[in-house]
Amino acid sequence: MEERLRRTMMFVPGNNPAMVKDAGIYGADSIMFDLEDSVSLSQKDAARVLVYEALKSQDYGDAELVVRVNGVDTPYFKNDVFAMVKAGIDVVRLPKVESAQMMLDLVKVIEEAEAKFGVTGTKVMAAIESARGVVKALEIAESTDRMIGLALSAEDYTTDMKTHRYPDGAELEFARNMILHAARAAGIAAFDTVFTNMNDVEGFKRETEHIHELGFDGKSLVNPRQIEWVNDVYQPTKKEIENALDVEAAIEEAHRNGSGVISMNGQMVDRPVVLRAQRVLRLAKASNLITEEGEFIEE
Amino acid sequence: MKNSLGRELPENEMKEFNYQPYESTEIGNPVISRVAPKVRVSTGDDKLVSSIDEVIKDCLSDGMTISFHHHFREGDFVFNMVMDRIIKLGYKDLTLAPSSLTNVMNEKVIEAIKAGTVTNITTSGMRGELGEAVSHGLMKNPVIFRSHGNRARSIENGNIKIDVAFLGVPNADRLGNANGMEGESAFGSMGYAMIDAKYANKVVLLTDTIVDYPNTPASIEQTQVDYVVKVDRVGDPDRIGSGATRFTKDPKELKIARMVNDVITHSPYFKQDFSFQTGTGGASLAVTKFLGESMKKAGITASFTCGGTTSPIVNLLEAGLVKKVMDVQDFDKGAASSMKSNKNQAEIDASWYADPENKGAMVDQLDVCILSALEIDTDFNVNVLTGSNGEIRGAVGGHQDAGTAKMTIISAPLTRGRIATVVPKVNSVTTPGASIDVLVTEVGIAINPARKDLVEAFSKVPSLPIVSIEELQERAEKTVGQPAPVEYTDRVVGLVEYRDGSLIDAIKQIKD
Repeated sequence: MEERLRRTMMFVPGNNPAMVKDAGIYGADSIMFDLEDSVSLSQKDAARVLVYEALKSQDYGDAELVVRVNGVDTPYFKNDVFAMVKAGIDVVRLPKVESAQMMLDLVKVIEEAEAKFGVTGTKVMAAIESARGVVKALEIAESTDRMIGLALSAEDYTTDMKTHRYPDGAELEFARNMILHAARAAGIAAFDTVFTNMNDVEGFKRETEHIHELGFDGKSLVNPRQIEWVNDVYQPTKKEIENALDVEAAIEEAHRNGSGVISMNGQMVDRPVVLRAQRVLRLAKASNLITEEGEFIEE
Repeated sequence: MKNSLGRELPENEMKEFNYQPYESTEIGNPVISRVAPKVRVSTGDDKLVSSIDEVIKDCLSDGMTISFHHHFREGDFVFNMVMDRIIKLGYKDLTLAPSSLTNVMNEKVIEAIKAGTVTNITTSGMRGELGEAVSHGLMKNPVIFRSHGNRARSIENGNIKIDVAFLGVPNADRLGNANGMEGESAFGSMGYAMIDAKYANKVVLLTDTIVDYPNTPASIEQTQVDYVVKVDRVGDPDRIGSGATRFTKDPKELKIARMVNDVITHSPYFKQDFSFQTGTGGASLAVTKFLGESMKKAGITASFTCGGTTSPIVNLLEAGLVKKVMDVQDFDKGAASSMKSNKNQAEIDASWYADPENKGAMVDQLDVCILSALEIDTDFNVNVLTGSNGEIRGAVGGHQDAGTAKMTIISAPLTRGRIATVVPKVNSVTTPGASIDVLVTEVGIAINPARKDLVEAFSKVPSLPIVSIEELQERAEKTVGQPAPVEYTDRVVGLVEYRDGSLIDAIKQIKD
């Protein structure tokens, strides 16, 4: 799978022209245009056309473009997928996934659409919103090569679990860990759920720190103002960056010497350390802490 | 005839009003003369009256020039009260020369024009139904638009000769000592009105609050005042200034504000004792707050701010981050009441603030200024007066004046709704591109190529997304498309002066 940062996946209601137009300016790693829950039944066709036209005409920079289509059991599903594949969307996000079969159903429609419009490489991701989905997380994560990630959607999930959201997030611990483990086992990304109370900035930051600690790639977001807060949490420390730069230098040194073994300060550097260093440097560059060449940027 | 910006200027009006075409932003060192007002000598014992009619009849004749100020903003009762009586008393052919016209005055101005009471207007701006009516040919003579600094200049050199100034004040004593700080309708600085009081032949104060003689501090002094009229109410305190300034939550405004702050803090001007002016829009207020945080972090303080004052500016003053606030106008209650209590918030008049023909105005000392724009074109010319449909819906304000700052930043969204802000050619020029150094939009920052130093300084900063203004214009056009051009008749309805009194543009009547 292509390695990229997925700290922030920003929801954009697909029927709001101003928000669809401006979605690219906030620096979200992924932009998720929503055709599902934020769009009323009477607006489904209008939203699909709006997002299609925006994808064809607007410049969203380097952001990964995701669309949440309506569920496989709705009359909008097929039209949504066809339109988005035609527009060249990067990722189709399927809501309320409870089985690998649902992902395969999606892939079948994508294959049809790709063949029709001469498109290739459309990726998919699954939103897990129920107890069944959580329990089946690994099967869903491994359902298709097109998978890029699993996302937890806590509102429906907590309802299904006969509970609701609590500030400490204890009600989500199992789901978070299941989804995270399934995603990691399958080698795909894990996205935490949205935090909807925009007035509780501290609560948002606490939750983000928690899911960062657990190992999530990032979070789904409802407001562009949250992007900066997430990026702050994911920003590596100076010490982490220095260490990563040392690892990078050791790798280059090994390449120069034609050696397959990377060593640093007399210790062998193994693969997990290399991978972590690469991720730290990607985060540091995204946070404008170092240049492409690995020089520290003085503020 | 075209001026140096390539704007077509109307020959007839050029001759009639004896205009020079705009050439450059340089004022040079001309020697000029100022005028003095006529003074009818008295001991001042019988100034206090209660009848507006009596005063109007004593002071006013057909064909005269009258003035008002706009410090009460949308809470003004004085303009409509006085203008109503002037219309009813049957006066004709007056020139209306207020510091600006707010929406609450629109209906009465239109009535006065239709009655033949007002036949000429010079103002900073106009909006709403008045702007619309003028744009569609309501007036026989063109409206002359002047910046706040240029208005002061024109009053001082006699181009605007005010016969009678009707000045609403929130307090006055029986001889006319008055300030803007006390009383139910207090608005803070009287910066714009102070020029009228100094230069008008007749000065009439209207107030609802008579205080004990002698009233201090006196922004307007008894030596300048002919009449003090006691009225019921001069203004609506709730509409004079906004109440508590609410910090914007609009993510786009916040994004632009952060970018503006990044531009300032990475500029060569961000150093100990720098000076700045910010505006009143949501993004501008946010910039003020962010800038304060950056100053604190960098351990530097500003020597002064000037122009219109807001609560966020006062916060910086109180935090010791700004040493002096040079205040020509207050935009909210916090700013207005702070002037009363904080000796470092000083009242300055419009001439001190911004008159270009001066022995040095405050704006000449400004390092950084943030301004808005309805439109900006690829030559960096800015329009703050006319909308995309060609209608007058704005004000020059201090735009041209503060634009002379060492680094002038325009902060504006790339598009507003379906209207592009960055355009190939502005509908009308208010401030020339030579004054504008940086444009900050949510999608990128364009630097005026004439500012090679800034291009070099900012190109080194990876967090600043520098693009050309042409790229921004193309992107805006790609987003909202190309509008059909506005169709005009040949008739001139507005003349836009540059701050030195030369003609920078003409506004034509919209074809119906």
